[in-house]
Formats: sequence, structure tokens, C-alpha cells
Amino acid sequence: MTLAVSILPEQQLAVLNVAYRKAVARKRLRLMAGAGLFVAALIVASIGAEVNLRTFFTYFGNFISYFDRILTLDNGQRVWTNFGEWFWGWRNWLKLLAETLLISYVGTLIGAVFAFALNFFAAENTSPGPWLRFVVRRLLEFARTVPGIVFALIFVIAFGLGPMAGVLAIAIHSTGALGKLFSEIVENADMKPVEGIRSTGASWLSCMRFAILPQVSAGYASYALLRFEINVREASVMGFVGAGGIGQEFIVAIRKFYYSDVSAILVTIIVTVFLIDITTGWVRGRLFGKEART
Amino acid sequence: MSKRPEVDAAQMRARYPDVFGRPAAARLATPTMIVAAFAIFIYGLVDLDFSPSRLFNGLSQLGWISMMMIPPDPGSSLPLYLKAMGETLSIALLGTTLAALFALPVSLFAARNVVPSKILRFPIRRFLDSIRGVDTLIWALVWINVVGLGPFAGVLAIAVSDFGAFGKLFSEAIEGADQKQVEGIRASGGSALHEIRFGLLPQVLPVIAGQVLYFIESNTRSATIIGIVGAGGIGLQLAEQIRVLEWQKVSFLILMILVAVAAIDFISSKLRFAIIGRRAVV
Repeated sequence: MTLAVSILPEQQLAVLNVAYRKAVARKRLRLMAGAGLFVAALIVASIGAEVNLRTFFTYFGNFISYFDRILTLDNGQRVWTNFGEWFWGWRNWLKLLAETLLISYVGTLIGAVFAFALNFFAAENTSPGPWLRFVVRRLLEFARTVPGIVFALIFVIAFGLGPMAGVLAIAIHSTGALGKLFSEIVENADMKPVEGIRSTGASWLSCMRFAILPQVSAGYASYALLRFEINVREASVMGFVGAGGIGQEFIVAIRKFYYSDVSAILVTIIVTVFLIDITTGWVRGRLFGKEART
Repeated sequence: MSKRPEVDAAQMRARYPDVFGRPAAARLATPTMIVAAFAIFIYGLVDLDFSPSRLFNGLSQLGWISMMMIPPDPGSSLPLYLKAMGETLSIALLGTTLAALFALPVSLFAARNVVPSKILRFPIRRFLDSIRGVDTLIWALVWINVVGLGPFAGVLAIAVSDFGAFGKLFSEAIEGADQKQVEGIRASGGSALHEIRFGLLPQVLPVIAGQVLYFIESNTRSATIIGIVGAGGIGLQLAEQIRVLEWQKVSFLILMILVAVAAIDFISSKLRFAIIGRRAVV
């Protein structure tokens, strides 16, 4: 069987072809201009960041051998041949790890309480006044944008070295992050219950308590758990600036080239973070069903 | 009009205890959880050396520090700070780009519809997971050991830790792509590479571009802090000024960071909308 493909007459085709090429050429030009701009930005950036490919290639072997070194014990054997020797400080490390978890727990809880207190003022639909909303929003934005570790650096000076500075830094950062997320949940809440309660002559506080809160509390708990997960990671590096937790021990091991300790602490941190992720994921799944997990 | 029968609440309660009273376990679950959470909280406060006097002293110190911060003043080191800010932005841009370039081919191998073999995919996925599990600050410390102090270590740190994140995100984007176009290419006799180039990439590139832009944005934040461990950029200046208690300079640097992050946010969200359209972002 022969198939016939109908082809337009020559001159009609030519016009269409020209139009097509023009459209494609315009698109291509825009793409090329964008790519050119991007490459130029990259070149400027690589000068700014003192990129030196020679150092990189000279020392790249160091990067590979670094992992070789941290996986070797002092006596030249591989770390996994002697677990007792590798994790020689496990008592101390577990204690510090527990401290890290406590820091993130207490920090998250304080942050969640403050975020809870502030978020009704930040949400579009429940805020008592626009100026109040503006102030609270800027405040939350500030707490969110300044990195937690910068707060930790300042708090270490104000409150002294130790986990307290870490807790407060995490609490402030969590307040900012959770406050925004909480207020977004409130903005998505159904306003009909609020109208119902207000029509009975209730105060603003009762409206929040009986109309909004029952709708949003599950979402709050879910986000707070998620935040706890993130804060465990954050708390594990708080020790770098002296704010408590396992980070302190870790940075000492790195700076003093205690190679096998570096890998041992790293493994402990990764396993803990992994376990916390799985546990909170499971809890969130149990509490709020599948859809709340994403 | 029929009269509603009077219902005696107490009688009904006695007759249908299951309807009125929830089981004890369900009733006690919430209070128990709250008490447990509170108990751990109190234990944590005690264990972490919280005391009212320390808190009070610290707060008054903090108030004093905030007073010292006003007005923000760079002193004579404004050019130095601007250069450091440029360094930070460069670190974010270069690190993210490098990560994206390396992550794209690897993510193909981690995507179910490109590599059906689970044995091949599994180790790649776990590899990406473990890279992601290590904080950027830790990668920065490792790279400082390798290439020395300076912004280049920061670039590499961001590149490595984002490589893990991108590998996962890209492979998810590829798995979400429509398979019909790939089948079309295969039906017309295209090779596996053709399938990827003409079937998959046109679908996923806008998504990937959006993610890369978003990461440049969030890496501006990360790049400010990796300086604290010595990997260049504005964080280095910030940590130094905090250590020598130059509070006016500190507040100026924090303001600079806030302004820069807001500017990058604005630019990249504009670009993101331009590339993938408003609906795909949310």
C-alpha cells in the first residue's frame, strides 16, 4: 500500500518556512544572549572567588587521600577492622550527641511557642491591624534571614560559651521560619467558623481559639516536627562557634588532624540525622496521614 | 407539629457508653504526650545549664550589645566589605553552577525511567543521600584542609553539598517527565542518547533551571556562613568583627547580608517566573 503525504504548494511552504526560521532564530538569539550573560557572570565570579584551577588539580589528590586518611587508624589499619579502636570515645560522643538532640528539641519548642504566639498577628486574615502585621512580619523575616550560626556567634558572647547560646540561636531562627509557615496555614484556613463565632459576640482571642486553632493545629505540629529534623542538623554544627553539642568535638578533631576521630564522629552524626529523619517522618505519617508528609 | 421526644442525657449515656465516652487510651494520649514533651523540655533546660540569672545577665548583655550596634557603621573598611560581599555572591553562583553541571549526568543514572536496573540505581541514590547528610559547613572544613583557606574552598564546599541535593531533585524531575515523548523518539529509531536529548531534556530543563535559580538564592545565605570557618566571603569578616567586639561594623555587615539576600531573592524570583511561568513555582 502506498501512502501519500500531502505537501503544500511551493510558495506557500516557502513563506511558512521563513516565518518558522524567523521565530526560531529569535528564540535562539535570546537563548544565546542569556547564556553569554551567564558565562560572563561566571567568569567575573571565578575571578572574585579566587578560583585557581592549578591549586585545585595539584591538591585534588589530597581530597581523595583525605578520605583515605580519615578511614585509617593510627596503627595503619582500616577503621572497620577494629570498631573498639575507631569509636574509642563513644561514651563522650554519645553524651554530646544527646546534648545536640536536646539543644534542637528545646530550641524547636521555644521557637514553636513564639511562632505560635506571633503567627496570628502575621496572617493576612486574622491580624488585628495592618501596622501590627507589618511589624511582626518584618520581625519574623529578620529572624529567618540572619543565619542561625550568626546568632550563635553573638549569643556566645552575650550568654557565655555553652549550649544555652545554641538553644537561643536555634529558637530565634525557628521562630522566624515557623512563624512564616504557621501564618501561611492560618491564611489558608476557612473563615466561616470565625464569622460564626464572632456573630455570637466573642472576642478576637476566642475567635482564634475556637475557630482557627482547631483547623490549623495538625499543620502546626507537622511543621514543628519538620523543623526539629532540620534543627538537628543545625545543632550539630553549632559547636563550631562554641555553642555546645557535638560540633565542638568535631571541629577539634578536624583542626588537630585526629583523622580516625573525624570519620567516627561524622558517621555518628550521619546515622543520627538519618534515624531522626526516619522517626519524624514516621510520626508525621502516623499523626497526620500521608498527605501531610510532603 | 410533632413534639420532639424528651431525651434524658444521663440515660442515653448509660445506654451507649461507647458513643459518649472515648476509650481511655485515646483520652489519655494527648495529655500524656503534652506532659512528656514538657518533662523533656524541663530536663533539657536543666541539663543545658539554663538558669534565670544567666538568662537575665545574658539578656542585659544582649541589650547592651544592641545599643552598641546603633548606628551601623563600616568605619574605613567599606571597600573591603563590598569586596567580601562580591566574593560571597561569586561563591554562591559558582558553587551552584558547578553542582548543577556535575549533578545532571549523575541524576540520569539515578532516575527510574532512564536506568531501570535497581542494582545500579541503589548505590548512586545512597551515595547522593550520604553527601546530602553532611552539612555544608563540614564540607567547607574538609575542603579547607585540601585547597587551603579562602573562597575557593567555599565554592567547592557548596558545589559538593549541592551536588547531593541536585542529584536527588533532578532525578525526581526526570522521573516525573512524560514518557510518551521518549517512546516517540525510540519509535522513530533514535538511540538512547537521542531519547535523553530530545525526549527528556526539553521537558526537564525548565524545571531544573528553576531549581538551580532557587538554590543560588538559598546558597547566598549558606555562602555567608561558610566564611565563619574560614572559607572566604563576608562570613569571615563578620566572624572576625564579632570576635573583636566591633559591634557597629557587625550590624553593618548583617544589614549588608540582609540587603544582598533580598536583592538576590528579587532577581531570581523574577528570572524564575520568566523561565517557567508563574504556575510552576508554587
